[in-house]
Parts: sequence; structure tokens; C-alpha cells
Amino acid sequence: MRVQAGLVILIYVFVISYLHKVWEQKGIIMNIGLNLKIGGAAGQGLQTTGMVLAKTLKKSGFHVFSTQYYLSRVRGGHNTFQIRISDSPVLAMTENVDLLLALDSESIEQHLSELGDGVVVADADVIDIKGSVDSIFHVPMLKIARDVCGDRIYSNSVSMGAVVGLLCLELRGIEQVLKKTFKKKGDEVVKKNIDAVRAGYAYVKENYPGGCKFSLADPGEIEDMMLINGNDAVGLGALAAGVQFLAAYPMTPSTGVMTYVATNADNFGVVVEQAEDEIAALNMVLGASFAGARSMTTTSGGGFSLMAEALGLAGITETPAVIFLAQRPGPATGLPTMTEQGDLLFALHAAQGEFPRCILAPGTAEECFYMTADAFNIADEYQIPVIIMSDQYLADSLFTCPRFDASNVEVERHLLSDQELRSKGEEYRRYKLTPWGISPRALPGQGGVLVVADSDEHDESGHINEEPENRIKMNDKRMNKLEMLRKEMPVAKLYGNPDASLTLIGWGSVYGPLVEVVDILSSQGKSVNCIHFTHIHPLPVEATIKLLSKAQKIVCVENNSTGQFSRFLKADAGISVTENVLRYDGKPFSPGYVIDALKKKEVI
Amino acid sequence: MVSIEDYGNFETAWCPGCGNFGILKALKQALVNLGRSPHEVLIASGIGQSSKLPHYLKCNTFNGLHGRSLPPATGAKVANHELTVIAVTGDGDCYGEGGNHFLHTVRRNPDITMIVHDNQIYGLTKGQASPTSEVGMRTKIQAHGVFNMPLNPLSLAISMDCSFVSRGYAGNIPHLAKLIEKGIQHKGLSLVDVLQPCVSFNKLNTFKWYSERVYEMEDPGYELNDRVRAFEKSLEWGDRIPLGVFYVNEKPSFEEHLDVLATGPLYRNAAKTDAVNELIDGFV
Repeated sequence: MRVQAGLVILIYVFVISYLHKVWEQKGIIMNIGLNLKIGGAAGQGLQTTGMVLAKTLKKSGFHVFSTQYYLSRVRGGHNTFQIRISDSPVLAMTENVDLLLALDSESIEQHLSELGDGVVVADADVIDIKGSVDSIFHVPMLKIARDVCGDRIYSNSVSMGAVVGLLCLELRGIEQVLKKTFKKKGDEVVKKNIDAVRAGYAYVKENYPGGCKFSLADPGEIEDMMLINGNDAVGLGALAAGVQFLAAYPMTPSTGVMTYVATNADNFGVVVEQAEDEIAALNMVLGASFAGARSMTTTSGGGFSLMAEALGLAGITETPAVIFLAQRPGPATGLPTMTEQGDLLFALHAAQGEFPRCILAPGTAEECFYMTADAFNIADEYQIPVIIMSDQYLADSLFTCPRFDASNVEVERHLLSDQELRSKGEEYRRYKLTPWGISPRALPGQGGVLVVADSDEHDESGHINEEPENRIKMNDKRMNKLEMLRKEMPVAKLYGNPDASLTLIGWGSVYGPLVEVVDILSSQGKSVNCIHFTHIHPLPVEATIKLLSKAQKIVCVENNSTGQFSRFLKADAGISVTENVLRYDGKPFSPGYVIDALKKKEVI
Repeated sequence: MVSIEDYGNFETAWCPGCGNFGILKALKQALVNLGRSPHEVLIASGIGQSSKLPHYLKCNTFNGLHGRSLPPATGAKVANHELTVIAVTGDGDCYGEGGNHFLHTVRRNPDITMIVHDNQIYGLTKGQASPTSEVGMRTKIQAHGVFNMPLNPLSLAISMDCSFVSRGYAGNIPHLAKLIEKGIQHKGLSLVDVLQPCVSFNKLNTFKWYSERVYEMEDPGYELNDRVRAFEKSLEWGDRIPLGVFYVNEKPSFEEHLDVLATGPLYRNAAKTDAVNELIDGFV
């Protein structure tokens, strides 16, 4: 099998290098790219293996983009960790796989068809490989782990060494990553991992000397780039904004943010409380915020459903709150570990009655960081709930992006100072009517004043008032804040040729796939651009109409089955899209999926 | 010196003769006895006739959602533990709609005093059974009489090791004021369940009915931290209904577990930009 495989590789290398030249000339390939997929059952160490490889590749100077696909179970099932690398920025996944590291036989059965000309790395001593598969590089990971480290748990590290060897990278990068990853576990563990990696590396060098098919020259480390997933970026953004209190109930795929903040809580003076349910979580957040703490909660659709009434409470009591909503396919339990953008219209309309709210939808890790920080400022300035909408894809994907800078985050609390409060010379009224609708905010216990908040309709002092005239005044006051905020909301961003004949639009996590679609189609001579929305509600209507006025044909790309953003755009801005490209099988868009759909709909 | 007058006098939306008046009076008296000024006090309430109480005295108020007085009270106490936080709620609000929060707030043990106006009926919605209504009570909804077993708040709280468990009576204001005072002084969650006649809708548990049955426990006859004896005592109901402190277990409050509060109220903590940038370095 080995000889056969070697021969196939040689032919492959020849053919592929020729094809690369042709494709490059035709503009099909814009950069050197490679897809690795690690497949296995939950509990096999997929996460660590994937993270170490992703970090190593990033350290070697590549732009890395990584996604995870997992089922709702702690053990077993079939999960994958996919890593795409390139010498230029990448923000989306593609379907084809160049190198499959198979930790179980199901990985081979499920993903062999994605391989094309790619190869599989597997331990044939351990997993049952049915039939003859020419493109398999057998690496006796378990045996090497036992021989070299005396313990089978190092077999994943052997596999990592084999992958690094087959990619023709140097060992230096992975050794640095392993040292950092296992530092807390002690020198012995670090050493054994490094020994295992070296042994795996040596094995492929010796047994597959021609196996260095991808010939990736180390581009050298790119400076000041981070490798981070969406959830960690949101957590960092919250810390940068000076979050003081986080109450939440764990729910996939939002839990990462809660965990990240909790891990750092002691060092940052934050209290994280796991509430008994999401109703308690948001109500606690509102109590804490009322008493002056910058507060947030994190959840997914099911938990957000339970929060609906408290969302309205934030609205009528004008209590700032940041709600991180990481979507997954519903309804009810739905597909708990997969992705969808199915909660937009729900987030826009959740809770009875009418009140101002803000909805932000970052599309990259960088936007997750800065927009989360901004969400706190918006919440405090307008005294409203701000919902940050992410999804499983954005939450769990690893992005290579420029280093964030917390110094660029301003903390704007918009609270009355003690001095301002003293100089007022009148009784403090929490809901004082002002021309702009925002009432100066004091905190309970501050300056001897009384702060009264009420879920009933209330007068300026905060006490129950059911008079029709007062109702109109208070309703207008609250809704006026929405119009004030609308003026501050930045318009969507255009990517590509402003005069293109086809405009793709999308919101939130579809940014990466959209941009790549524009790049690919443009390189094929097609006239395409895209417009990506991050500041969803309140929509800056006039600026949006102006931006889209040049668009000749608009196709909206979103991860749901009913085109929620298209409907929102029609309702709020009166803009109609020509077509929708929708996906609702629980998976994110790849550029290829979008292009195929556009072709099927005869848009291109 | 703080006086009763500092807490103001307001027109209420309660029925004349309502037990709520006694509770309001006792609460004001307790706060004055403790020398707390209105601006040092935060009352979080839910929805129901009881939960209107903070509108009828001067204090900081968070009058939130039905069943949800405890979560905002907890959040506020964590944000600024210098405030005296009181949760005012009722039998429907606290033991029905917000039952889950009651259980978990007992576990959490924040330094909050819960005053539960327990009138064994729904007043705001005009006379339906509550979680504490007696078996057999007929209402327009429970036309054949209540057959669900009533919830015993004291037994439940003691079984969960609530750190301060007591019962007062709206018809005995001095005794109730003293109980509330003790509850506020106690570090940790204090339950003050208050028997409160509803003159409009509860024709069974009237002032007369309660007055014939309640008695003050001078000394319960056991150590207050004896959980089993306290539980046994809490089962006494019927011809004789004991009032007073049933159970006290001094243990660290929720806030005392939170090291970050040791240096001062949470809301005063500043963002740590440099430390965030250090975390960011870890991702480079």
C-alpha cells in the first residue's frame, strides 16, 4: 500500500502543480490554500489537536480559518475540526479537503468523497479501513506513542507531528505551541508531547520521503495577528468595556463567553453568577445594572425566549443591559450544536409592547470585540437593552485577525456625577422628560436621592401612573431614544466595485463567505459586490436606501429558511431583494455553496 | 435621626382595612429603629397588591415583573452591597410565579430581607387560589374547592437551610416590626412570611380567624439553629399558629463569598485596559 500511495502522490504533485499554474493564469486560484480536516468521536481530543495545529499553522505565518462541527454529545458521535490555511486572509470554509486526519473509521467513510486528490492520515492499526484506499498514509500513532512516551494518550501528538511533516513545515512552531499549551501540566507532559510530535514527524519523513506533497514554505510569522474565536472575542470585548456583572444560564453555543469572562473574573473585578434559569439571569442583570454595575447576560434562542418579558422590563424601566444571543437552529431544542440565523425577527420583536432596543450583528472576530465593547456604551447612553447577535458558526470559528487594542475602547457610563446631582437643586426624577428622551441617570444610594424604577407605566418620578396623557408622553420619550440612536448607527459596509451589476447582501456571520464569493466571481470577470450589515436595528434607513440605490440586482444571503433579513429590509427601508440564497441545514455557508446557488437561480 | 415622617405618607390603592397597611407600618418602624435613611434602602418588588408597597414609602425602588422580585434584588445587592436590600413580594408572586427563584435564592443566601405578604389568595386578579390557599377554599376558578396541597413556606425554607426563617402577622405590628428588624440585621437571606388578611377576597382567613389562632413564641423551646426541631415547629398550623423566629443559621452570605467585593462596591470597579491587552497578547 505504501508503494502504491507514494506513486499516487508523485503523480498528484506533478498534476496539481500543473493545474495550479493553469488555474492561477485563469484567475481561479488567488492564493495558496489548503484544507485540513480532523475527524473523530467526541472525547478523542479533537479540540486540542485542532487547536494546536491551528496555532502552529498561524505561527508558521499562514492565515488560518477554522470551524468546528460537532454533535450534541460529550462522548462518541462524529465531530470534525476543520482548518483552512492561506498566505492571504481567509474568512470562510470550503468544502474540499486536502488532508484528512482520521481518528476513527467513520471519518474516512464520511469524508473520503470530499478528498478529491487529498490524502488521509490514519493509524491503520487502530481504525478499520474498509477496502483499499490509495491515498492513506498509515502512521502507527498508538504504537509510537507507547514506544516513545510509554502512554497511548500521546498518540494524538504523534499524529500532529505526522501532519506537520507532511506539510513540510519545521518542528519549531509546533514545539513552541505545545510548550505554551501544556505549560500548566508540567515539564514532563510538555516533553512527552514534544517527543511524540518529533517521532510522528520522523516517521513520515522516513517512510514517505516523497509525501511532502504540499510543500508549504514557512512564510514566516505574521506580526500582530491573533488567532481567536468569536466567543472569546466577545468575552474580551466585555472585559475591555469594564463589565462588572454577568449572570447567565449555560446554553450552547453561547457558553464560551460566560466561561471566558468567569475564567478572568477575579483578575478583572467581575462577578459571574450562574443563574437558576434565564428568567433569573436577565432579571439579576437588570437589578445589578439599576444599582450601577455594567451588566450582561449570554444565551441562545431558548434562553432568550425565557428572557422576553425581562427584555421589556429593561425597555420600560430604561435599564441598560447587554444580551449576547448566539443563535442555533430552532425551534425548541432544534439542532443544539449547529448554526443558523433564525432568530433575527424574534430578537427584533421579542416581548409585549413597544420599546426601543438595539441589535448588533458582528461578522468577524474583530467586530465581535469592538462591537461588544460598543454595545455597553450604547446601552448606557440610551438606557436600553442591546442585543449582540452571533451564531454557532461565528462563536466557534477561529479567525486570524489584526491584534485588538483595548486602548481604543472608551468606557462611557453616562451617569450623573455626585456634583451634578447636588447642583440640580430639584428633586431627582428618574424619568425626567427631556427633548431627546434620555433622562439623566443617578444610582440608588447616590447623593441622598431616591431612584424609582417601575415596570408599570409611570410618571417622571418613577411611580405608577395610568393617565392617558402621561402614557403618551412616556411612550414618546422612550421611542424618541430609538430615533436618536438611529442617527448614530453606521451604515452597512460595501465590499468590491460600487457600480457592480450584482449586489450580494447579508448580515452577521455571512461576512466571510460573501467577501470570498465577491473575490472569486470578480476574478472570473463578473461584476459583483457585497454589502454587509452589522448595525441592524435601528436601521439608518436613509443612508441604507442611498447605499443600495445603485444596486441593480440584490441577492440576500442568509442562514435561515424564510429570508428574515430581506423581510426586515423591506419593512424598514422599503427595499426589495431580487433573490434570496438561503441555507438552513445547520451548516454555515461556504463560498462554493453560494456560487452554486447563484448559478441555479441563474443570477450569474 | 431618622423618623417615621422621613418615610412619607402616601395615598394607596389598597382596600380599606387591608393587611398590607400593617406591614407597611411595621416596615417603616423597623427601618427607623435601625436608623436607616430612605436613600440607603432599596426595595425590589414583583407584581401583586403586596408589590405596590414601595410606592407608598420613600425609598429606592425597583418594581419589576411578576414573580421576579428576588433576582433583581440579588443583582442590586451584588452591584452595591452597601444598600439595605429588601424584597417585597406575596404568596402568588414568591411561592407561585417565582417559586424557582425562591429555592435558588435560599441556596445563594444573599444579604436580603424577604417580606412575603402571605394572604393565601390572589388579590390583584380578584380572588383566585394561591399556592398557600387552604384545601377546600372555594373560588370562582376553584369551584369545587382547592384540592392542591398548600405550600408551607417555612418548612420549605428550613428544609433548604435558609439562614433566617420567621413568621409575622399583619395584625400585630410591633411584633412584626421587630421581626423585620431582626431580618434586616441578619447577614444572609431572611424570610419574613407575613400572615396578611385580605378583606376583599379571602373570607376564610380573616383578621378574626388569624387572631384566634396566632400566638407569639417567646422561646420556641429549642436552639434556633436546630434544623429538625425548627422544621417540626414549622408544621404547627391549624388551631394554633406560632409567630416569631423559627430558625437561624449563621453562614457566609453570597456577597461574603465574592472576593471582588472586599475592596468596595462592585459598581465602582474600573475597566483594566492594560490587563485586557495582556490577555490579547495571549492570542497573538
